[in-house]
Amino acid sequence: MSTHADTHANEDDHGHHHKETFVTKYIFSQDHKMISKQYLITGTIMGVIGVLMSIMFRMQIAWPEEPNVLFEALLGKWAPEGVMDADIYLALVTIHGTIMVFFLLTAGLSGTFSNLLIPLQIGARDMASGFLNMISYWLFFLSAVIMLSSLFVEAGPAAAGWTIYPPLSALPMAQGGSGMGMTLWLISMAIFIASSLLGSLNYIVTVINLRTKGMSMTRLPLTIWAFFVTAIIGVVSFPVLLSAALLLIMDRSFGTSFFLSDIFIQGEVLHYQGGSPVLFEHLFWFLGHPEVYIVILPAMGIVSEIMASNSRKPIFGYRAMIASILAIAFLSTIVWGHHMFVSGMNPFLGSVFTFTTLLIAIPSAVKAFNWITTIWKGNIQMNTAMLFSIGFVSTFITGGLTGIILGDSALDINVHDTYFVIAHFHLVMGISALYGMFAGVYHWYPKMFGRMMNKNLGYIHFWVTAICAYGVFFPMHFIGMAGLPRRYYTNSNFPLFDDLHDVNVVITVFAIIGAIFQIIFLYNFFASMFFGKKATQNPWKSTTLEWTTPVKHLHGNWPGAIPHVYRWPYDYSKPGHDVDFVPQNVPLKEGEEELQH
Amino acid sequence: MTAFLTIIIVLFVAVAIWQMVKIFDLAQVGVSDNQVATDNDNKINAYLMLAFLAFIYIITIVCFVKWGDLPLMSNAASEHGAEIDNLMIISMIVIFIVQTITQYLLHYFAFKYRGEKGKKALFYADNNTLEAIWTIIPVIVLAGLIIYGLFTWTSIMNVSEEDDPLIIELYAQQFNWKARYGGNDNTLGKANVRLINLDNANILGLDESDPNAQDDIIVSEVHLPVGKPVLFKIRSQDVLHSAYMPHFRAQMNCVPGMITQFGFTPTITTADMRQTPEMLDKVANINRIRVEKSKELAAKGEPALDPYEFDYLLLCNKICGKSHYNMQMNIIVETQEEYDAWIKEQKEFKNSLIN
Repeated sequence: MSTHADTHANEDDHGHHHKETFVTKYIFSQDHKMISKQYLITGTIMGVIGVLMSIMFRMQIAWPEEPNVLFEALLGKWAPEGVMDADIYLALVTIHGTIMVFFLLTAGLSGTFSNLLIPLQIGARDMASGFLNMISYWLFFLSAVIMLSSLFVEAGPAAAGWTIYPPLSALPMAQGGSGMGMTLWLISMAIFIASSLLGSLNYIVTVINLRTKGMSMTRLPLTIWAFFVTAIIGVVSFPVLLSAALLLIMDRSFGTSFFLSDIFIQGEVLHYQGGSPVLFEHLFWFLGHPEVYIVILPAMGIVSEIMASNSRKPIFGYRAMIASILAIAFLSTIVWGHHMFVSGMNPFLGSVFTFTTLLIAIPSAVKAFNWITTIWKGNIQMNTAMLFSIGFVSTFITGGLTGIILGDSALDINVHDTYFVIAHFHLVMGISALYGMFAGVYHWYPKMFGRMMNKNLGYIHFWVTAICAYGVFFPMHFIGMAGLPRRYYTNSNFPLFDDLHDVNVVITVFAIIGAIFQIIFLYNFFASMFFGKKATQNPWKSTTLEWTTPVKHLHGNWPGAIPHVYRWPYDYSKPGHDVDFVPQNVPLKEGEEELQH
Repeated sequence: MTAFLTIIIVLFVAVAIWQMVKIFDLAQVGVSDNQVATDNDNKINAYLMLAFLAFIYIITIVCFVKWGDLPLMSNAASEHGAEIDNLMIISMIVIFIVQTITQYLLHYFAFKYRGEKGKKALFYADNNTLEAIWTIIPVIVLAGLIIYGLFTWTSIMNVSEEDDPLIIELYAQQFNWKARYGGNDNTLGKANVRLINLDNANILGLDESDPNAQDDIIVSEVHLPVGKPVLFKIRSQDVLHSAYMPHFRAQMNCVPGMITQFGFTPTITTADMRQTPEMLDKVANINRIRVEKSKELAAKGEPALDPYEFDYLLLCNKICGKSHYNMQMNIIVETQEEYDAWIKEQKEFKNSLIN
């Protein structure tokens, strides 16, 4: 490997002979930095749409079946006289989940930061294949366009929940959204998976082959470890979802019976025989559960890096952090059945999955305590990115702890598919991953755009978001424990739940306030591109290699030779140095020892 | 009207953005030009961290006090429900302790070790003893929870036919529940959706020639004798549903093409449950809310809401289509005598057919 890196490092004229037109620079770019920005902006747009949908269905829950101007303006025929239709409620819930999980937190998060940071932090000119990288982005873009186009289908978009369990998703007569809407959903996801696989393969190959001289695996920043392992999980599990989607397409369009059997609907018996929806659930969750780690691991990597840099302290337990990433990745592939405790599968399997699921709490606990110890006796710089990182640890703990209840099959019986589940996964993977993404944007914005984001707007954004996130999801645990099922268009047919209605109103109000304050972030993000203060080369005084590149982007990243690496990435406040950070490319002093980390 | 409101909203957004531009400009004045946190920023945000810690504690206390002791939490109406509640309470206590301590450490450290010019952080990269401690403690705690959980799970799911449970079929369809009793022989007749014959009122697809099916009883309200084990055999005719009976801590999906099952023993009759102090409070509270709501409805000229009376419920808890939100059936738990009297009045399958 080192010989390869050497030859690569000496190509210092790389990138000078390309003529760049507007199209090759901004649209069909093969430069990882531009592709990263494309991912970020596409992801942000999808995120805004996803949040808007959640505000609409939250309004419906709080003020059920009342005319609403927003519905009338945005939903058209689905909100006659401003009253939301029950079908579109389920569609909004479904598309909100799909967009947030896949388009924002998978592609938006991994796509942005893996692309930006892998070459810059390992010391490479670009990804192993710039061309595949470009194809990966444009497939993602295409899948996003198809997903959004499904919103305009006559019979409505997919509405069977983001888990699209058949038979509901397979039979157009069961639900309007299971016709053309579901077809587009499946096509969009198939393309999305292709995009994700191309991206992941690229990340894996790049990390393995293109590290600069001296960048051994134990000198990699934790961000790179997280992206690397995330890519491996993606390659292992996404193809299984693709197979599930293909089999579902076969059932829907070509008369096979993989997932369907013995169905009587709208007065007729269908021909399907011998299949089982439980098979689909297995295939879906074999991706679906690793998927939550695909979402959270990059955020963990980003937070580890930002916490060390802003605490001016090495990350505590570097090797334990890597080991826990690997342990989480391994366990993530053998716990999917905890989504299926009451699916009708053999109860013995329930016992096995309870056991493996609760094991995940151990590496997660190690990570949480290591983060807390990282800030202990630090010299904490309260930059916006740092606030979001602390917020990440806070919501990760709050949300993660209730996993002990949901992962326990006996307890899951009573809270399965209630609001308790919604509260749990939104805090532990939704809000946490989103915080990781915000932290990453605030931290690497100077690297991406050469300008700084406004810190005071950042502070307002963080504190309001932090309060609203708890305001929305904390009370949800309690209405879940009271037995309120998720995905109900209205609860007014159940007087039993009347006393929970005021909680739902409170939740919705917090959600609306939280969503409105995201406008501050959007404004800060877009305005700073043009009016932000010019960034210096290393504004946060970090040690990693991306801050050794010039502020103005070059195709090929470094104007001269690629720097060599002599130390691990966390030499902050190391005794014996005058400054409180020693970049990775600074050789060891005479007599200085590299820490046996 | 809509257009007018839309214009107003657009105007508001425009004003909001303009205001934020002003904030943005003001924020630039007198700030060091690089937008990196200063000592003053560190101090303000450090105090906000403490305030946020207080916020987390307050919201926790408020939630527990206001909504933490719902009758649903403490009044399990089935034998195994008490075990689940016990395990739930133990898990909640563990979670509560860990949450309180870790959130304190996180936010307090963020406050205490805020950055100041000239201060140097402690170079502290590793400590195997510490890491071993916080690996081993979770291992021990989780081992306890896992073992307790697995014993509970196994005892719930292993329904023994030796207890001679009452066999009842729960039958789900979009968007409605039916139940079928085995009749005098307590044996359900064979059934498949392919045998459904609506013209002959054979709505659940029973095999009309099966002797066991003749005395089956199909109803749209479940009655259970108190203290007697019941085993639900669960079917669906169209899509996935989930039979959720929150008061009995019971839930099982209804899967087309296969029969799933869940068994429990109800312990409190509906009549007794209505008289528990918690339930009296809860129902009184709900009725207060409904009276308020009725006043609002009356102002709009709509009919008032009926007063609420408690009943055990079977809800659908797996997304199943448009009217998923209104798929429910009452469950009545009563004494054996009341049950016997009720079942005697129901029509047997062979008498319910048209031909």
